[in-house]
Amino acid sequence: MALALQTFATVRDANAALKAQGTRYLGGGTLVVRAANEGDVAVSGLVRLTDPALSAIAVAAGKIRIGASVTMAAVARHPELGALAKAARAVGGPAVRNMATVGGNLFAPAPYGDFAVALLALDATITTDDGELPIEAFLSGRDSSRAIVTSVGFTLPKADGFRFLKVSRIKPKGVSVLSIAAVIEQAADGTVSSARIALGCMADRPVRAKAAEEALKGKTLDRNGIAPALAAAAEGTTPITDPIASAWYRAEVLPVHLGRLLLS
Amino acid sequence: MELRKNYFADVRKDDLHEIGQPRPRSDSPGHVTGKTAYFADRNFPGMLHLKMVRSPHHHARIRSIDTSEAERHPGVVRVLTAKDVPHNVYTILILIQIGPEDETVLADGKVRWKGEAVVAVLAETERAAQEAAAKVKVDYEVLPAVFDMEEALKPGAPLVNEYHGQNYYLYDSGECRKVRFGDVEAGFAGADHVLEQSYQSSPIEHAPTETTGCVVAPEGNDRFTCYTNTQAMFFTLDNASIILQMPGSKLHFVGGTVGGGFGGKVDVIVEPIAILGAKLTGRPVSFIYSREEEMQISSPRAAEKVVIKDGVMKDGRIVARKVTGYTDAGAYSRHSPYGAQKGAGHYPGPYTIPNVWIDTYCVYTNRTPSSAMRGFGVTIGDFALEVQMDKLARLIGMDPLEFRFINAYRDGDMKAHRQPTEGAALIECMQEASRAANWPVAEKYMAMSSYRKGA
Amino acid sequence: MAKVPVQFTLNGSEKAEFIDSGTTLLNALRDKIGDTSPKGGCQQGTCGACSVIVDGELRLSCLTLAETCNGTAITTTSGLAEGGVLHPLQRAFLDTFATQCGFCTPGMIMAAKVLLDHTPNPSRDEVVEALSGNICRCTGYEPIIQAVLTAARANSQNAA
Repeated sequence: MALALQTFATVRDANAALKAQGTRYLGGGTLVVRAANEGDVAVSGLVRLTDPALSAIAVAAGKIRIGASVTMAAVARHPELGALAKAARAVGGPAVRNMATVGGNLFAPAPYGDFAVALLALDATITTDDGELPIEAFLSGRDSSRAIVTSVGFTLPKADGFRFLKVSRIKPKGVSVLSIAAVIEQAADGTVSSARIALGCMADRPVRAKAAEEALKGKTLDRNGIAPALAAAAEGTTPITDPIASAWYRAEVLPVHLGRLLLS
Repeated sequence: MELRKNYFADVRKDDLHEIGQPRPRSDSPGHVTGKTAYFADRNFPGMLHLKMVRSPHHHARIRSIDTSEAERHPGVVRVLTAKDVPHNVYTILILIQIGPEDETVLADGKVRWKGEAVVAVLAETERAAQEAAAKVKVDYEVLPAVFDMEEALKPGAPLVNEYHGQNYYLYDSGECRKVRFGDVEAGFAGADHVLEQSYQSSPIEHAPTETTGCVVAPEGNDRFTCYTNTQAMFFTLDNASIILQMPGSKLHFVGGTVGGGFGGKVDVIVEPIAILGAKLTGRPVSFIYSREEEMQISSPRAAEKVVIKDGVMKDGRIVARKVTGYTDAGAYSRHSPYGAQKGAGHYPGPYTIPNVWIDTYCVYTNRTPSSAMRGFGVTIGDFALEVQMDKLARLIGMDPLEFRFINAYRDGDMKAHRQPTEGAALIECMQEASRAANWPVAEKYMAMSSYRKGA
Repeated sequence: MAKVPVQFTLNGSEKAEFIDSGTTLLNALRDKIGDTSPKGGCQQGTCGACSVIVDGELRLSCLTLAETCNGTAITTTSGLAEGGVLHPLQRAFLDTFATQCGFCTPGMIMAAKVLLDHTPNPSRDEVVEALSGNICRCTGYEPIIQAVLTAARANSQNAA
C-alpha cells in the first residue's frame, strides 16, 4: 500500500481521519517521513492540516502561545522569543529548523526533542481539541495520545530566568549527549526561590530533575550552593544508550554540565 | 602549496612540469552544476526495487524459509533465495587464488553475522518491497556466537565459518603470517629495557554520503548493463561472472563515479544479486543501501589488536621488536586475509631493527565482515607503533623525535623482510616536520640524510 | 494507487506531474521531473545532500512530500548557472577545490546560496552555521567554508 497523504482545513476533520489504522499526523516531516523512508511499514497514511492558526505566535502580557505548526526557525527569529532562540537553534541544521515544528518536537524520541526539554522547564500547557494538559502529563502519555496538538502556551520567564544547554560531540551541530533547560527564580538575597530543571536524553523523553530542583531551594548559585543539587541531578533518571553515548556516560557527565549551566 | 626542491637535489633532474602546478579537477565542473552522473541518477521505465531480508541473529541455523506470503504481496515481482544463485558460495580474492570460497550471496542453511542477506525481494516500488520483506518468514535456531578475537582463538570456541574449519585464516605459512629476522630473544636479553604493550581498535565505518548500490538494466540480448559505485570495477565484474556463471562479455559495467568510498565500496555485494534479479525478471533493477544498511551492513575497517614488545638501549637504539597482530575479519574473509598479511609486511615500521619477529593473524568472529578502508592492515598498526615509540622515548628519557632519527631506516639498510631499503625519505620528512612544527632537534640529526651515496 | 497532481516552478520553469501520493519531493524531482542534482544520501534529514530551496527557504527534499509544494518556487543547483555562466558559488567551489567526490556539493551550494541571499557578507561562523546541516566526508569542510567566503567576496566586489 502506498503512503497516501490527506490534507484538511480543520483540526476536527484531521482528528477524525487520524483514527484510521496506520495513520500518522504530518507536521514538518522530520520524524514521520523519516520513519517511512526507513521502511517503517506501520505508517500507511499521513494527515496534515492547513489551518493558519496552527502557524501563529501570540504574545500578550507575558503569556506566549505558539501554534503547533510553528517551525524552529520561526521561533528562533521571533523578536519577542529571544530567550528561547538558543533552544530553537539547538535543533538540527538550518533546513531541519525550517521544517521541524514545535508540535512535532513534543513527540521526538531521545536523543531528539531538545525544544521539548525547554518547554518542560517552562512548564508549558499543551492544547488539543480534547482540552489542555500540563506538559509533564502530556509527555508521559504521549505514546497513546491521538489528538493533534494545536498549540503550546507558557509564561515568558523573567530576563535571564531561562537557561538552556545542549551538549553534543560535534561542533557546531550534533545530536545531543544531553540537553538541560532550567527556569530559576531568585529572591532579593540571591537565594533560589524556585527552580524547574528539565533534562533531555536522561530518559526516552524529557524529564524533570525534581530532586535537584528541591535541593536548590534556598541555596545560592555558587559552587557550594549547587553541590547538593548536582549530587541529586541523576536521581530517578534512566538515561538512553545510543551511538552518541552510553547511559553510564550520560549519568556521569550530567552533574558537570548542570553545574556549568547553573553557574553561567 | 610549497614544493621543496632542496632535498635530493643532486639525485633528481629538476624537470617537473605537473607536480607543483595547480591544475583544475576534471570532474569538478560536473559536481558544482549537479550534472555528474552517479549510479542512482540512472532511471529506467519499469525499474524494480530490491530489498534484502536480513538475519536478526549473530549466528543461527536456518530451519526453514517461507516466502509465500511475500510473493503474493501486491507489487512483488520475484523473491530470491539461495537456490536461485548459480554459484552461491564465493570469496572475492579467489581471483588471485586466495581461497577458500567462504561466503554466501544469500544465506544457505546458516547465518554467521547479524545483518547477513537471506532473501531478496524485487517489487514495483520501494514501499512494496519493504512491505513484502516484512512478510518473509525465516525460522532460526540461534547458535552460540563469538565476538572477541582472543575468545575465538581459544579451543572450544563456537566455529564461525565451516569453510575454514577453524576461527583463523590458514595461510601457506600456517596459522598466521610470519616474519623472522635475527634473534629476537637474544635482542631482548641484551637490551637495557624491555617494554611490552598492547593496543586495540574498534571497527570504523566509512560512512560515505552516497550509500552502496547499483542499477542494472537488461540490454535485451542477454547482456546486462550495471551502473555501480564500486571502487573495484573489474574485480566486481569478474566475481559477478563467477557467481552468476555468466561470461564476462555478458556484463557491461559502468562506473568510476563514486560518492565517497574510502575503501568501503570494494566488496562485491550488491551487483551480482541485482544482475540476477534483472536476468530472472527481464526488468531493470535498483538495489541501493539505506543509510542504516550502509552503517550496519557494509564492511567496516576491521577491529585490530596489536601487541608490541621492544628491547631498547639507553642510547636510543631499538635492538629487538616482536609484534603480534590480530585482524578481526568478522564472519567472512573478504579482503581481511590480505589486510592481516599487509600488517606483517608493514611491521616493524619505518625503523631499522636488527632482531624482528612478526606474527599476524586473520581471525573469524560473528561480527559484520570487515574489509578495506584507507590503508587497512597498516593504519591501526601505525597508531600502535608510534604510540609505542613515544613510550620508549619516555622510558629512556629521550626526545621522541630524536629517538626516531636514531632508528629511522635509510637507503641501504636491510629490512626485516630482507629487502634492502631504497628511496627512503623519512629523515628528510622529519627534518621538515621539525621545522614546520617548531620542534628543534640536535644539529647532528638535521645534518643526516636518507640518501647514502653508493648505497 | 492514487495519483495526485503537483505543480510548481523549478528553476523558473513551470512543472506539472502526476505522482503517487506520499512521494517525497526528492523522488519527484529525480524520478519524475529528471532533475538529479539533489542527492539522496540518508533519506532521514541528516546529511543535507538533498537540500533544495523552496520559496526562499532551505528544505530537505527527502523529508518534504511533493504534494505540500504545490504552487511554490523551487531552486536546485542544476538551475543556478545562467546562460552557461556559473553562479559565483559554483565558480568559487570550482576554483578553491571545494569538491572531491561531489555528492554533497549540490546540497552544500543550496545551503550556501540561502545564506548569501540573506547575508551577503557572512562571517566565518555564519558560514559554518549555515553549512551545519550538510555532511561532507571527503574535504574536511575547510575548502567548502573558504569557497563560500570567496563567493561572498566576489559578490560584494561585483556589487561595488
